[in-house]
Amino acid sequence: MAQQFEPLIIGFTCNWCSYRAADSAGSMRLKYPPNIRLIRLMCSGRIDTTFVLQAFANGADAVLISGCHPGDCHYVEQNYKAQSRFLLMRRMIAQMGIEPQRLQLLWASAAEGTIFAAEVTKMIEEIRKLGPLNWKGGQLSAVSHQRSAIAEVAV
Amino acid sequence: MSKPKFAMYWAAACGGCEIAVLNTNEKILDVDANFDVVFWPVAMDAKYKDVEAMADQSILLTLFNGAIRNDENEHIAHLLRKKSQILVAFGACATQGGIPGLANLSSTPSMVDTAFTTLSTDNPDDLRPQTKYTIPEGEITIPTLYPAVKSLDQVVKVDYYMPGCPPESHQIAAVIDLVVQVLQGKAQLPPTGAVIGAGNSSVCEECTRTRNEKKIAKFTRIQDFKPDPDVCLLEQGILCCGAATRSGCGAVCPKAAVPCVGCYGATDDSPDHGARLLNAVASVIDSRDPVEVEKILDGIPDPAGMFYRFGMPGSLLRASKAAWEDKG
Repeated sequence: MAQQFEPLIIGFTCNWCSYRAADSAGSMRLKYPPNIRLIRLMCSGRIDTTFVLQAFANGADAVLISGCHPGDCHYVEQNYKAQSRFLLMRRMIAQMGIEPQRLQLLWASAAEGTIFAAEVTKMIEEIRKLGPLNWKGGQLSAVSHQRSAIAEVAV
Repeated sequence: MSKPKFAMYWAAACGGCEIAVLNTNEKILDVDANFDVVFWPVAMDAKYKDVEAMADQSILLTLFNGAIRNDENEHIAHLLRKKSQILVAFGACATQGGIPGLANLSSTPSMVDTAFTTLSTDNPDDLRPQTKYTIPEGEITIPTLYPAVKSLDQVVKVDYYMPGCPPESHQIAAVIDLVVQVLQGKAQLPPTGAVIGAGNSSVCEECTRTRNEKKIAKFTRIQDFKPDPDVCLLEQGILCCGAATRSGCGAVCPKAAVPCVGCYGATDDSPDHGARLLNAVASVIDSRDPVEVEKILDGIPDPAGMFYRFGMPGSLLRASKAAWEDKG
Protein backbone atom coordinates (compact mmCIF):
# COMPACT_ATOMS: atom_id res chain seq x y z
CA MET A 1 0.00 0.00 0.00
CA ALA A 2 1.30 3.38 -0.95
CA GLN A 3 2.08 5.59 2.01
CA GLN A 4 -0.19 8.57 2.47
CA PHE A 5 1.48 11.88 1.78
CA GLU A 6 1.83 13.91 4.97
CA PRO A 7 2.12 17.61 4.10
CA LEU A 8 4.24 19.96 6.16
CA ILE A 9 2.55 23.27 6.86
CA ILE A 10 4.07 26.26 8.59
CA GLY A 11 1.49 28.32 10.46
CA PHE A 12 2.17 31.88 11.57
CA THR A 13 -0.17 32.81 14.37
CA CYS A 14 -0.58 36.03 16.32
CA ASN A 15 -0.01 36.23 20.05
CA TRP A 16 -3.41 37.66 20.87
CA CYS A 17 -5.97 35.70 18.87
CA SER A 18 -4.99 32.83 16.62
CA TYR A 19 -2.25 31.38 18.84
CA ARG A 20 -4.74 31.43 21.70
CA ALA A 21 -7.30 29.82 19.44
CA ALA A 22 -4.84 27.00 18.80
CA ASP A 23 -4.17 26.87 22.53
CA SER A 24 -7.85 26.69 23.34
CA ALA A 25 -8.29 23.91 20.78
CA GLY A 26 -5.67 22.07 22.82
CA SER A 27 -7.41 22.79 26.14
CA MET A 28 -10.66 21.54 24.68
CA ARG A 29 -8.83 18.39 23.63
CA LEU A 30 -9.87 18.95 20.04
CA LYS A 31 -7.84 16.84 17.68
CA TYR A 32 -6.37 18.08 14.42
CA PRO A 33 -3.65 16.42 12.35
CA PRO A 34 -0.10 17.19 13.48
CA ASN A 35 1.02 18.39 10.04
CA ILE A 36 1.09 22.05 11.01
CA ARG A 37 3.99 23.69 12.87
CA LEU A 38 2.94 26.90 14.53
CA ILE A 39 5.19 29.90 14.89
CA ARG A 40 3.91 32.65 17.15
CA LEU A 41 4.35 36.25 16.10
CA MET A 42 3.16 39.18 18.17
CA CYS A 43 0.81 40.19 15.36
CA SER A 44 -0.16 38.90 11.94
CA GLY A 45 1.08 42.31 10.72
CA ARG A 46 4.57 41.06 11.58
CA ILE A 47 4.35 38.61 8.70
CA ASP A 48 7.22 39.30 6.38
CA THR A 49 7.15 37.89 2.86
CA THR A 50 10.67 36.68 3.62
CA PHE A 51 9.26 34.23 6.23
CA VAL A 52 6.80 32.77 3.76
CA LEU A 53 9.34 32.38 0.96
CA GLN A 54 11.88 30.93 3.40
CA ALA A 55 9.31 28.32 4.45
CA PHE A 56 8.59 27.30 0.86
CA ALA A 57 12.27 27.28 -0.10
CA ASN A 58 13.12 25.11 2.92
CA GLY A 59 10.56 22.44 2.18
CA ALA A 60 7.15 23.54 3.50
CA ASP A 61 4.22 22.36 1.38
CA ALA A 62 2.01 25.23 2.49
CA VAL A 63 1.93 28.28 4.74
CA LEU A 64 -0.91 29.54 6.90
CA ILE A 65 -1.09 33.14 8.08
CA SER A 66 -3.49 33.59 10.92
CA GLY A 67 -4.55 36.56 13.02
CA CYS A 68 -7.34 38.43 14.79
CA HIS A 69 -10.59 39.12 12.98
CA PRO A 70 -10.82 42.38 11.02
CA GLY A 71 -11.50 45.16 13.51
CA ASP A 72 -10.18 43.11 16.43
CA CYS A 73 -6.45 43.56 15.97
CA HIS A 74 -4.60 44.12 19.22
CA TYR A 75 -2.50 46.64 17.32
CA VAL A 76 -5.57 48.35 15.83
CA GLU A 77 -5.08 47.75 12.09
CA GLN A 78 -2.00 45.66 11.46
CA ASN A 79 -4.00 42.61 10.44
CA TYR A 80 -5.20 44.64 7.45
CA LYS A 81 -1.57 44.98 6.43
CA ALA A 82 -1.22 41.22 6.77
CA GLN A 83 -4.28 40.88 4.52
CA SER A 84 -2.82 43.13 1.80
CA ARG A 85 0.52 41.35 1.95
CA PHE A 86 -1.20 37.98 1.79
CA LEU A 87 -3.21 38.97 -1.29
CA LEU A 88 -0.15 40.33 -3.09
CA MET A 89 2.00 37.35 -2.05
CA ARG A 90 -0.59 34.97 -3.47
CA ARG A 91 -0.37 36.67 -6.84
CA MET A 92 3.40 36.58 -6.79
CA ILE A 93 3.82 32.93 -5.77
CA ALA A 94 1.35 31.95 -8.51
CA GLN A 95 3.81 33.45 -11.02
CA MET A 96 6.53 31.30 -9.47
CA GLY A 97 4.42 28.18 -10.06
CA ILE A 98 3.23 27.74 -6.48
CA GLU A 99 -0.51 27.02 -6.32
CA PRO A 100 -2.27 29.89 -4.51
CA GLN A 101 -3.99 27.41 -2.14
CA ARG A 102 -0.59 26.74 -0.62
CA LEU A 103 -0.80 30.12 1.06
CA GLN A 104 -3.88 30.69 3.17
CA LEU A 105 -5.20 33.34 5.54
CA LEU A 106 -7.38 32.50 8.52
CA TRP A 107 -8.96 34.86 11.02
CA ALA A 108 -9.55 33.22 14.41
CA SER A 109 -10.32 34.84 17.74
CA ALA A 110 -8.99 33.48 21.03
CA ALA A 111 -12.36 31.82 21.63
CA GLU A 112 -12.48 30.08 18.26
CA GLY A 113 -10.49 26.96 19.03
CA THR A 114 -13.10 24.84 17.28
CA ILE A 115 -12.96 26.93 14.12
CA PHE A 116 -9.15 26.94 14.17
CA ALA A 117 -8.97 23.14 14.47
CA ALA A 118 -11.59 22.62 11.77
CA GLU A 119 -10.00 25.07 9.32
CA VAL A 120 -6.52 23.67 9.83
CA THR A 121 -7.84 20.14 9.27
CA LYS A 122 -9.54 21.30 6.08
CA MET A 123 -6.36 22.98 4.88
CA ILE A 124 -4.23 19.89 5.57
CA GLU A 125 -6.60 17.72 3.54
CA GLU A 126 -6.58 20.25 0.72
CA ILE A 127 -2.77 20.26 0.61
CA ARG A 128 -2.65 16.48 0.89
CA LYS A 129 -4.71 16.32 -2.31
CA LEU A 130 -2.47 18.89 -3.96
CA GLY A 131 0.63 16.80 -3.23
CA PRO A 132 4.14 17.81 -2.15
CA LEU A 133 5.61 21.14 -3.25
CA ASN A 134 9.19 19.89 -2.99
CA TRP A 135 10.70 23.23 -4.02
CA LYS A 136 13.88 22.70 -6.00
CA GLY A 137 14.67 26.31 -6.73
CA GLY A 138 16.21 26.63 -3.28
CA GLN A 139 18.45 23.63 -3.71
CA LEU A 140 19.94 25.20 -6.78
CA SER A 141 21.27 27.98 -4.60
CA ALA A 142 23.42 25.83 -2.34
CA VAL A 143 26.09 28.50 -2.32
CA SER A 144 24.80 31.19 -0.05
CA HIS A 145 25.57 34.83 -0.30
CA GLN A 146 28.76 35.62 1.45
CA ARG A 147 27.88 39.21 2.08
CA SER A 148 28.75 39.79 5.67
CA ALA A 149 30.10 43.20 6.31
CA ILE A 150 29.53 46.53 4.73
CA ALA A 151 32.29 48.64 3.42
CA GLU A 152 31.26 52.06 2.39
CA VAL A 153 33.59 53.67 -0.02
CA ALA A 154 33.90 57.37 0.58
CA VAL A 155 32.81 59.34 -2.43
CA MET B 1 58.69 46.50 -11.52
CA SER B 2 55.79 45.25 -13.56
CA LYS B 3 52.33 46.62 -12.88
CA PRO B 4 49.62 44.50 -11.23
CA LYS B 5 47.25 42.86 -13.68
CA PHE B 6 43.63 43.80 -14.30
CA ALA B 7 40.86 41.92 -16.09
CA MET B 8 37.25 42.62 -16.86
CA TYR B 9 34.82 40.09 -18.30
CA TRP B 10 31.21 40.05 -19.42
CA ALA B 11 29.12 36.92 -19.06
CA ALA B 12 25.34 37.22 -19.59
CA ALA B 13 25.32 41.00 -19.69
CA CYS B 14 24.32 43.88 -21.92
CA GLY B 15 27.62 45.77 -21.95
CA GLY B 16 26.31 48.62 -19.80
CA CYS B 17 28.81 47.83 -17.03
CA GLU B 18 31.66 48.35 -19.48
CA ILE B 19 30.17 51.67 -20.55
CA ALA B 20 29.87 52.66 -16.89
CA VAL B 21 33.59 51.97 -16.39
CA LEU B 22 34.44 54.10 -19.43
CA ASN B 23 32.08 56.76 -18.06
CA THR B 24 34.52 57.37 -15.25
CA ASN B 25 36.19 59.61 -17.87
CA GLU B 26 39.82 60.43 -17.08
CA LYS B 27 39.74 58.04 -14.11
CA ILE B 28 40.17 55.27 -16.65
CA LEU B 29 43.70 56.59 -17.15
CA ASP B 30 44.39 55.72 -13.50
CA VAL B 31 43.49 52.14 -14.32
CA ASP B 32 45.97 52.20 -17.17
CA ALA B 33 48.63 53.97 -15.09
CA ASN B 34 48.38 51.53 -12.22
CA PHE B 35 47.42 48.29 -13.93
CA ASP B 36 48.42 46.16 -16.83
CA VAL B 37 45.12 45.29 -18.55
CA VAL B 38 45.53 41.65 -19.56
CA PHE B 39 42.00 40.61 -20.47
CA TRP B 40 38.99 42.76 -21.34
CA PRO B 41 37.08 41.42 -24.35
CA VAL B 42 35.19 44.68 -24.92
CA ALA B 43 38.26 46.90 -24.90
CA MET B 44 41.11 44.76 -26.20
CA ASP B 45 41.89 41.63 -28.14
CA ALA B 46 42.74 38.65 -25.96
CA LYS B 47 41.69 35.03 -26.23
CA TYR B 48 40.55 32.55 -23.61
CA LYS B 49 43.73 30.55 -24.26
CA ASP B 50 45.78 33.61 -23.22
CA VAL B 51 44.01 33.58 -19.85
CA GLU B 52 44.44 29.81 -19.58
CA ALA B 53 48.19 30.27 -20.09
CA MET B 54 48.48 32.74 -17.19
CA ALA B 55 49.80 31.58 -13.83
CA ASP B 56 47.17 30.98 -11.13
CA GLN B 57 46.43 34.09 -9.04
CA SER B 58 48.46 36.21 -11.43
CA ILE B 59 45.63 38.73 -12.05
CA LEU B 60 45.26 41.05 -9.08
CA LEU B 61 41.80 42.40 -9.82
CA THR B 62 39.01 41.00 -11.98
CA LEU B 63 35.73 42.82 -12.43
CA PHE B 64 33.23 40.18 -13.53
CA ASN B 65 29.95 41.47 -14.88
CA GLY B 66 27.03 39.47 -16.17
CA ALA B 67 25.05 36.52 -14.91
CA ILE B 68 25.81 32.82 -15.39
CA ARG B 69 23.43 31.90 -18.19
CA ASN B 70 25.24 29.06 -19.98
CA ASP B 71 28.18 26.68 -19.68
CA GLU B 72 30.59 29.13 -21.31
CA ASN B 73 29.79 31.76 -18.65
CA GLU B 74 30.41 29.23 -15.89
CA HIS B 75 33.63 27.95 -17.47
CA ILE B 76 35.09 31.47 -17.65
CA ALA B 77 33.91 32.23 -14.10
CA HIS B 78 35.91 29.23 -12.83
CA LEU B 79 38.88 30.15 -15.02
CA LEU B 80 38.98 33.77 -13.85
CA ARG B 81 38.48 32.73 -10.24
CA LYS B 82 41.56 30.51 -10.52
CA LYS B 83 43.64 33.22 -12.16
CA SER B 84 42.55 36.13 -9.94
CA GLN B 85 43.43 37.23 -6.44
CA ILE B 86 40.41 39.53 -6.10
CA LEU B 87 37.21 38.66 -7.95
CA VAL B 88 34.51 41.32 -7.87
CA ALA B 89 30.91 40.55 -8.82
CA PHE B 90 30.40 43.73 -10.78
CA GLY B 91 26.90 45.00 -11.46
CA ALA B 92 23.41 43.68 -10.82
CA CYS B 93 23.72 40.60 -13.08
CA ALA B 94 26.84 39.23 -11.42
CA THR B 95 25.68 40.04 -7.88
CA GLN B 96 22.02 38.95 -8.11
CA GLY B 97 21.33 37.65 -11.62
CA GLY B 98 20.07 40.95 -13.00
CA ILE B 99 17.75 41.35 -15.97
CA PRO B 100 18.82 38.00 -17.55
CA GLY B 101 17.65 36.45 -14.27
CA LEU B 102 14.05 37.19 -15.26
CA ALA B 103 14.46 34.13 -17.47
CA ASN B 104 13.97 32.17 -14.25
CA LEU B 105 10.26 32.93 -14.52
CA SER B 106 9.96 30.77 -17.66
CA SER B 107 11.17 27.45 -18.99
CA THR B 108 13.85 27.39 -21.67
CA PRO B 109 11.56 25.75 -24.29
CA SER B 110 8.88 28.43 -23.87
CA MET B 111 11.50 31.18 -24.11
CA VAL B 112 13.06 29.71 -27.24
CA ASP B 113 9.58 29.37 -28.73
CA THR B 114 8.87 33.02 -28.02
CA ALA B 115 12.17 34.09 -29.54
CA PHE B 116 11.84 31.94 -32.68
CA THR B 117 8.13 31.88 -33.49
CA THR B 118 6.50 35.14 -32.55
CA LEU B 119 5.17 37.62 -35.06
CA SER B 120 8.31 39.70 -35.40
CA THR B 121 10.45 36.66 -36.25
CA ASP B 122 10.91 35.53 -39.84
CA ASN B 123 11.50 31.79 -39.44
CA PRO B 124 9.60 29.93 -42.22
CA ASP B 125 11.41 26.61 -41.59
CA ASP B 126 10.65 26.80 -37.86
CA LEU B 127 14.33 26.45 -36.95
CA ARG B 128 15.68 26.26 -33.39
CA PRO B 129 19.26 26.81 -32.25
CA GLN B 130 21.34 23.62 -31.94
CA THR B 131 24.27 23.42 -29.57
CA LYS B 132 26.16 21.27 -32.12
CA TYR B 133 26.02 21.41 -35.89
CA THR B 134 28.11 19.70 -38.53
CA ILE B 135 29.22 21.64 -41.59
CA PRO B 136 31.71 20.53 -44.28
CA GLU B 137 34.54 22.21 -42.36
CA GLY B 138 33.75 20.25 -39.17
CA GLU B 139 31.54 20.50 -36.11
CA ILE B 140 30.59 23.88 -34.73
CA THR B 141 29.16 24.47 -31.28
CA ILE B 142 27.47 27.17 -29.26
CA PRO B 143 27.16 27.25 -25.45
CA THR B 144 24.29 25.40 -23.78
CA LEU B 145 21.68 27.46 -21.96
CA TYR B 146 21.05 26.60 -18.32
CA PRO B 147 17.42 26.06 -17.24
CA ALA B 148 17.97 28.66 -14.51
CA VAL B 149 20.24 31.71 -14.51
CA LYS B 150 22.71 31.93 -11.62
CA SER B 151 24.50 34.79 -9.94
CA LEU B 152 28.31 34.66 -9.91
CA ASP B 153 28.53 33.62 -6.25
CA GLN B 154 26.36 30.59 -6.99
CA VAL B 155 29.21 29.12 -9.04
CA VAL B 156 32.44 30.51 -7.57
CA LYS B 157 33.61 32.31 -4.44
CA VAL B 158 33.27 36.06 -4.80
CA ASP B 159 35.45 38.51 -2.86
CA TYR B 160 33.42 41.69 -3.25
CA TYR B 161 30.03 42.72 -4.55
CA MET B 162 29.46 45.89 -6.47
CA PRO B 163 25.75 46.35 -7.20
CA GLY B 164 23.95 48.52 -9.71
CA CYS B 165 22.64 48.38 -13.24
CA PRO B 166 25.14 49.62 -14.04
CA PRO B 167 27.18 50.64 -10.98
CA GLU B 168 27.25 54.43 -10.89
CA SER B 169 30.42 55.82 -12.44
CA HIS B 170 31.29 57.94 -9.38
CA GLN B 171 31.14 54.77 -7.28
CA ILE B 172 33.40 52.95 -9.75
CA ALA B 173 35.82 55.86 -9.62
CA ALA B 174 35.80 55.69 -5.81
CA VAL B 175 36.53 51.97 -5.91
CA ILE B 176 39.37 52.49 -8.41
CA ASP B 177 40.75 55.19 -6.09
CA LEU B 178 40.56 52.82 -3.15
CA VAL B 179 42.34 50.00 -4.96
CA VAL B 180 45.07 52.38 -6.12
CA GLN B 181 45.50 53.58 -2.53
CA VAL B 182 45.69 49.99 -1.33
CA LEU B 183 48.43 49.34 -3.92
CA GLN B 184 50.34 52.34 -2.58
CA GLY B 185 49.91 51.09 0.98
CA LYS B 186 47.73 54.05 1.96
CA ALA B 187 44.50 52.15 2.59
CA GLN B 188 43.27 48.68 3.44
CA LEU B 189 40.88 46.45 1.58
CA PRO B 190 37.44 45.98 3.15
CA PRO B 191 36.64 42.56 4.66
CA THR B 192 35.98 39.80 2.11
CA GLY B 193 32.36 39.41 1.12
CA ALA B 194 31.62 43.12 1.52
CA VAL B 195 29.49 45.20 -0.76
CA ILE B 196 31.62 47.97 -2.17
CA GLY B 197 30.71 51.09 -4.06
CA ALA B 198 27.31 51.43 -2.41
CA GLY B 199 25.65 52.51 0.81
CA ASN B 200 23.65 50.39 3.20
CA SER B 201 20.58 52.50 3.59
CA SER B 202 17.64 52.81 1.23
CA VAL B 203 17.32 54.89 -1.91
CA CYS B 204 14.66 56.94 -0.08
CA GLU B 205 17.38 58.32 2.15
CA GLU B 206 19.15 59.83 -0.84
CA CYS B 207 15.94 60.97 -2.51
CA THR B 208 15.08 64.66 -2.22
CA ARG B 209 11.33 64.30 -2.67
CA THR B 210 9.03 65.13 0.24
CA ARG B 211 7.61 62.15 2.09
CA ASN B 212 4.29 62.12 3.91
CA GLU B 213 2.16 59.29 5.17
CA LYS B 214 1.54 56.90 2.31
CA LYS B 215 -1.94 55.71 1.46
CA ILE B 216 -2.39 54.36 -2.02
CA ALA B 217 -5.80 53.78 -3.54
CA LYS B 218 -4.59 53.25 -7.10
CA PHE B 219 -1.31 52.27 -8.72
CA THR B 220 -0.51 54.16 -11.85
CA ARG B 221 2.42 54.68 -14.22
CA ILE B 222 4.45 57.71 -15.21
CA GLN B 223 3.23 57.63 -18.81
CA ASP B 224 -0.35 58.07 -17.58
CA PHE B 225 -0.04 61.36 -15.72
CA LYS B 226 2.36 64.12 -14.80
CA PRO B 227 3.69 63.46 -11.32
CA ASP B 228 4.22 66.26 -8.84
CA PRO B 229 7.93 67.16 -9.04
CA ASP B 230 8.49 67.42 -5.28
CA VAL B 231 6.41 64.66 -3.71
CA CYS B 232 7.41 61.03 -3.16
CA LEU B 233 6.57 59.00 -6.28
CA LEU B 234 5.18 56.04 -4.33
CA GLU B 235 2.77 58.39 -2.57
CA GLN B 236 1.51 59.40 -5.99
CA GLY B 237 0.75 55.78 -6.81
CA ILE B 238 3.83 55.08 -8.88
CA LEU B 239 5.48 51.81 -7.97
CA CYS B 240 8.87 53.08 -6.88
CA CYS B 241 11.24 50.46 -5.43
CA GLY B 242 13.35 52.95 -3.46
CA ALA B 243 12.00 51.96 -0.06
CA ALA B 244 13.64 48.52 -0.07
CA THR B 245 16.57 49.15 -2.39
CA ARG B 246 20.17 49.75 -1.36
CA SER B 247 21.42 53.30 -1.54
CA GLY B 248 24.55 54.39 -3.37
CA CYS B 249 23.19 55.64 -6.67
CA GLY B 250 22.25 59.05 -5.31
CA ALA B 251 18.58 58.38 -6.11
CA VAL B 252 19.15 59.52 -9.69
CA CYS B 253 15.98 57.93 -11.02
CA PRO B 254 13.37 59.27 -8.58
CA LYS B 255 15.06 62.68 -8.71
CA ALA B 256 14.40 62.61 -12.46
CA ALA B 257 10.75 61.60 -11.92
CA VAL B 258 11.42 58.01 -12.92
CA PRO B 259 10.58 55.36 -10.32
CA CYS B 260 13.42 53.38 -8.76
CA VAL B 261 13.53 49.91 -10.33
CA GLY B 262 15.65 48.39 -7.59
CA CYS B 263 18.91 47.78 -9.44
CA TYR B 264 21.14 48.13 -6.35
CA GLY B 265 19.36 45.16 -4.77
CA ALA B 266 18.66 44.53 -1.11
CA THR B 267 20.36 46.05 1.89
CA ASP B 268 22.63 43.91 4.09
CA ASP B 269 19.88 42.94 6.53
CA SER B 270 17.57 41.51 3.89
CA PRO B 271 17.97 38.03 2.43
CA ASP B 272 15.40 38.68 -0.28
CA HIS B 273 14.96 41.99 -2.06
CA GLY B 274 11.62 41.20 -3.68
CA ALA B 275 10.09 40.08 -0.39
CA ARG B 276 11.00 43.38 1.22
CA LEU B 277 9.61 45.33 -1.70
CA LEU B 278 6.39 43.36 -1.55
CA ASN B 279 6.07 44.10 2.18
CA ALA B 280 6.58 47.80 1.62
CA VAL B 281 4.19 48.08 -1.30
CA ALA B 282 1.41 46.00 0.27
CA SER B 283 1.61 47.96 3.52
CA VAL B 284 0.69 51.29 1.96
CA ILE B 285 -2.47 50.08 0.24
CA ASP B 286 -5.35 52.18 1.49
CA SER B 287 -8.11 49.65 1.86
CA ARG B 288 -9.38 47.17 4.41
CA ASP B 289 -11.74 45.41 2.05
CA PRO B 290 -10.16 42.36 0.38
CA VAL B 291 -12.20 42.86 -2.80
CA GLU B 292 -11.06 46.45 -3.09
CA VAL B 293 -7.45 45.48 -2.29
CA GLU B 294 -7.56 42.99 -5.17
CA LYS B 295 -8.78 45.76 -7.45
CA ILE B 296 -5.90 48.01 -6.36
CA LEU B 297 -3.47 45.12 -6.88
CA ASP B 298 -4.62 44.81 -10.50
CA GLY B 299 -2.52 47.96 -10.92
CA ILE B 300 0.58 45.76 -10.44
CA PRO B 301 0.19 43.41 -13.41
CA ASP B 302 3.51 41.57 -12.95
CA PRO B 303 4.49 41.47 -9.26
CA ALA B 304 7.29 38.88 -9.59
CA GLY B 305 8.85 40.70 -12.53
CA MET B 306 8.51 44.01 -10.72
CA PHE B 307 9.88 42.98 -7.33
CA TYR B 308 12.61 40.72 -8.73
CA ARG B 309 13.52 42.72 -11.79
CA PHE B 310 17.21 42.49 -10.90
CA GLY B 311 17.36 39.72 -8.36
CA MET B 312 15.41 36.58 -9.20
CA PRO B 313 18.41 34.18 -9.17
CA GLY B 314 19.67 35.66 -5.89
CA SER B 315 16.26 35.37 -4.21
CA LEU B 316 15.01 32.73 -1.79
CA LEU B 317 12.89 30.90 -4.36
CA ARG B 318 15.55 31.50 -7.05
CA ALA B 319 13.61 30.24 -10.05
CA SER B 320 10.01 29.45 -10.89
CA LYS B 321 8.79 25.88 -11.05
CA ALA B 322 8.53 26.24 -14.84
CA ALA B 323 12.26 27.07 -14.96
CA TRP B 324 13.58 24.32 -12.72
CA GLU B 325 11.30 21.71 -14.22
CA ASP B 326 12.34 23.16 -17.59
CA LYS B 327 8.90 22.80 -19.07
CA GLY B 328 5.65 24.71 -19.36
